Amino acid sequence: MSDSRLDVRKTYKLLINGAFPRSESGRSYEVASAGGEFVANMAQGSRKDLRDAVAAARVAQVKWWGSSAYNRGQVIYRLAEMAEARRAELAEHVALAEGLSIKKAERSVARAIDRVVWYAGWTDKIAQVYGGANPVAGPFFNFSLPIPSGVVGIIASQESSLEGFVDAALAPIAAGNAVIVVASERRPIPGVLLGEMSATSDFPAGVLNVVTGITSELAPTLASHEDVDGIDLSGVTGDAANDLNAAAASSIKRVFRPRDGDGADSTRRLRAFIETSTVWHTIGQ
Amino acid sequence: MSTAPLRLVGNDDYGVKIPASSAAPAIESETQLRALLTALSGVDAVGLEARAAKLATRSIKKSTKMAAIDLAISMVDLTTLEGADTPGRVSSLCAKALRPDPRDLTVPSVAAVCVYPDLVAHARSVLGSAPVAVASVATAFPSGRASLAVKLLDVREALAAGADEIDMVIDRGAFLSGRLGQAFEEIVAVKGACGDAHLKVILETGELVTYDNVRRASWLAMLGGADFIKTSTGKVSVNATTPVALVMLEAVRDYAETTGRIVGVKVAGGIRTTKDAMKYLVLVNETTGSTWLTPHLFRFGASSLLNDLLMQRLKQRRGAYVRPDEFSGD
Amino acid sequence: MTEKIPANSRLGSLEYDPAPESASIARLKSSYGLFIDGSFSDPSQHEQFVTLNPANEEVLATVAQASNADVDHAVQAARRAYETVWSKTTGAERSKYLFRIARLIQERARELAVVETLDNGKPIRESRDIDIPLAAAHFFYYAGWADKLGHAGFGANPRPIGVAGQIIPWNFPLLMAAWKLAPALAAGNTCVLKPAETTPLSALLLAEILQQAELPPGVVNIVTGDGSTGAALVEHAGVDKIAFTGSTAVGRLIQQRVASSQKRLTLELGGKGANIVFEDAPIDEMIEGVIDGIFFNQGHVCCAGSRLLVQESVADEVLRRLVRRVEQLRVGDPMDKNTDVGAINSAAQLARIQELTAFGEGEGATRYTSSCELPDKGYWFAPTVFADVSQSHRIAREEIFGPVLSVLTFRTPEEAVAKANNSSYGLACGVWSEKGSRTLWVAQRLRAGVIWANTYNRFDPTSPFGGVRESGFGREGGRHGLEAYLDV
Repeated sequence: MSDSRLDVRKTYKLLINGAFPRSESGRSYEVASAGGEFVANMAQGSRKDLRDAVAAARVAQVKWWGSSAYNRGQVIYRLAEMAEARRAELAEHVALAEGLSIKKAERSVARAIDRVVWYAGWTDKIAQVYGGANPVAGPFFNFSLPIPSGVVGIIASQESSLEGFVDAALAPIAAGNAVIVVASERRPIPGVLLGEMSATSDFPAGVLNVVTGITSELAPTLASHEDVDGIDLSGVTGDAANDLNAAAASSIKRVFRPRDGDGADSTRRLRAFIETSTVWHTIGQ
Repeated sequence: MSTAPLRLVGNDDYGVKIPASSAAPAIESETQLRALLTALSGVDAVGLEARAAKLATRSIKKSTKMAAIDLAISMVDLTTLEGADTPGRVSSLCAKALRPDPRDLTVPSVAAVCVYPDLVAHARSVLGSAPVAVASVATAFPSGRASLAVKLLDVREALAAGADEIDMVIDRGAFLSGRLGQAFEEIVAVKGACGDAHLKVILETGELVTYDNVRRASWLAMLGGADFIKTSTGKVSVNATTPVALVMLEAVRDYAETTGRIVGVKVAGGIRTTKDAMKYLVLVNETTGSTWLTPHLFRFGASSLLNDLLMQRLKQRRGAYVRPDEFSGD
Repeated sequence: MTEKIPANSRLGSLEYDPAPESASIARLKSSYGLFIDGSFSDPSQHEQFVTLNPANEEVLATVAQASNADVDHAVQAARRAYETVWSKTTGAERSKYLFRIARLIQERARELAVVETLDNGKPIRESRDIDIPLAAAHFFYYAGWADKLGHAGFGANPRPIGVAGQIIPWNFPLLMAAWKLAPALAAGNTCVLKPAETTPLSALLLAEILQQAELPPGVVNIVTGDGSTGAALVEHAGVDKIAFTGSTAVGRLIQQRVASSQKRLTLELGGKGANIVFEDAPIDEMIEGVIDGIFFNQGHVCCAGSRLLVQESVADEVLRRLVRRVEQLRVGDPMDKNTDVGAINSAAQLARIQELTAFGEGEGATRYTSSCELPDKGYWFAPTVFADVSQSHRIAREEIFGPVLSVLTFRTPEEAVAKANNSSYGLACGVWSEKGSRTLWVAQRLRAGVIWANTYNRFDPTSPFGGVRESGFGREGGRHGLEAYLDV
């Protein structure tokens, strides 16, 4: 009898280096819906999980940036294709997490997927929009190219479980970085699902790592990790954000903090974790 | 209108022209050697890799494939170079070398077995007068880090034990630090010790890194007397690649056209499949041509490649894929 | 083991058995109509023409000849689609249509490659590895621009032009369609595309793909026909922009025809590309690049490196190696995966190549022609190199558009630049040298829209392509390629 069938429940895990470990710590914490009902036990990531994720990202970033911009665009677009196929699941969890009607959640998911598509198109345009030739006064060919900062730690939005996650994660990835995203503490599932989809989208392992857990435990580790090149503080506010900003200074990290008015067409996140590299070459017979 | 000097391209223009009379320049000083090597044309990595990739798309089918598989088998230096090698292991390797497929005597023997010096005598005794050569790595293989005296002793012992061919390693440290004369003179000395035995000079291209270095090291080895230039020991992370083989084939081609002396090429390390072997044969076919399509001038240093060649050979005959266990695991 | 040393080591002596791609993959219909307003229809005057396989002269399919009335229908459909649908479709939605098209081309890549090779005569290796993947990449690239036009450097909110009439040549049929359609659609225009008379089939397959992508009817219309169809499109009052790729002679006519209208115009015309070889060039890669520069696509390439300028100090050695390499080219069945040089696209083009090469002999150049065997049926021309060519020879000045290379020499960089620029064309040039500063010095002085250094005939959707002087104006590809389709 089908109506008496027991559901197979899913265990949500971290995404580190293309694999899905439970936390190294073995701990978990309860995640509830916006209405307060139990949804799942989430893996509670630890400092060591972050350490592993940073090490994986460092290796993956070289491979990711070493592939062609065209190829990176196709991989990100593949993520949009995967997400499109799992729209219903995403919407269900966005609705649960954010307390939205299913209609509103569906619209949020649609916007998030279109945002992935937007970033897919950026990979081979960043150099054209933000690079260029410089007419120096002398017999030199001089041009500037944007290059990625490297490994970026992201404290994702606590509120916007999917759209916020997509924006924060995909912008630096499109620019050629590898990222470690600390998902929203209370609303982690949509981001975790997106991580799962990325694992079937031809991303090299380690380009996108997703760690769930207690933000106040995880964020300081990322902010102070000396092999992290940049940090996005979207998911922290007030004094906590200022403290993290200060911690980031120890290894001269690039820091992104959201502003009011970062509209849909803003390229601020895209520019947050790129560097400008300028080449001079002589000209002469 | 004047009359057109129309010329159809003919045999005169075709292929690699090898003069009968000219000779390699005598190298009298390191300065001269350096000048000669630095005057070689540079290699553009992008163009080189594109050419190798394009040739890798050649589609080898049917009778060409059958002929190429047998040719490849006959070019294999069946190799075991492990610390754990034993006389028993070498015996079974020799048996496999002689009759790669004991049920099908139309399968040719391989070119040689390749072992460490201390196992040469055993290999020689197993093979007897069979038409399979015994090759030995020598000169402090694989690192090449020993004095010249030790290296020469290594070579002489292998020869005394019955080796037909010596696979020596160049001194990469000397080459990379610009002591070209030292690297060159070692080759000359080893060649002297070899006498009639064939000398294969291993460039260890994975440690030379750049294609320009590969081209220069190829010429250095040939000028020093190499009968073969060989890509790799198989003991470092980067082994033979098709672009590296292409540079080396271009080097032996140009050397033959310049000096009249024909030097062979051995690709070694990481070549495991028939498809890989076909790619190299296509490179030979379209770079140096017919003269080099023989075990005398082109070799595969490999161990697992042989079984894949045998499997593909059987597959071509049966028209169905065969299981790996059809062949012995040697 | 002593070897008898042969005087000559034959290249390619290991003969490759034929490795033909299967023609049945093409799934061609016996006849094709016009693609107007989202569906195929018969031409109003029921006129048709056949398209041949140039490798064997067999009929591939019958194709509609669009009349003036058909062109008018197509333009009206494009106008309706522009006003009612496409100009109101957001950039994000246009982007997703283009991504869909890119994906569908990737999915049907093998089929498209086979059709392209059958209809055009180019080797399957090239259609498979170059034409089709690049066509998909163009759609992919411009898909990404559709929702970012404000970032392209043409102002915050650039507007489309309207209805674009696009006329493309036969040398890269699908790729040229992609070069035209992708930026136009990304920018928000609607299109009427006219494929070349001898190579309409891949564009008609693309029409099926547009249907599969559910592109709104009328956004792209495809009208097949001869020059009269193209002329009708050029002169149609409802067309806001003409984009043409083809010969300089026809380009000139089109520029005259639109002179008294407000139509925008971009032209990608002929060339006589100079490939400049310095004595320090990486010799093996240079030889391959020179070969690729002129024999790629049978030399049916507007940017072909058809003039080789070699520094005198290495001229003999370069010529020797070049001729050897020419002889090694595998000429024949385009469907064979091992073929390097395929069939000439049409009888008319073959006649033109024969005429100009006859002139070359008459003018006293030394001719080297491959001794390859040519098939009995079809249109074929053996790869040919002319040495001892002077600047004044016709084969050094006119575009041959075939597998024919003219070799000249120079002594200094200045002389190389002067000779390279001594042409009314200015599409592409090549420079071969290991010395970067000199390469850039030369590049700065060459009057050409594209300059390749230590490579030749490279194309990428992100890279602008187009000529100066009589090679045309406007750019296709890259950020610059958007400008041709924006009202800016």
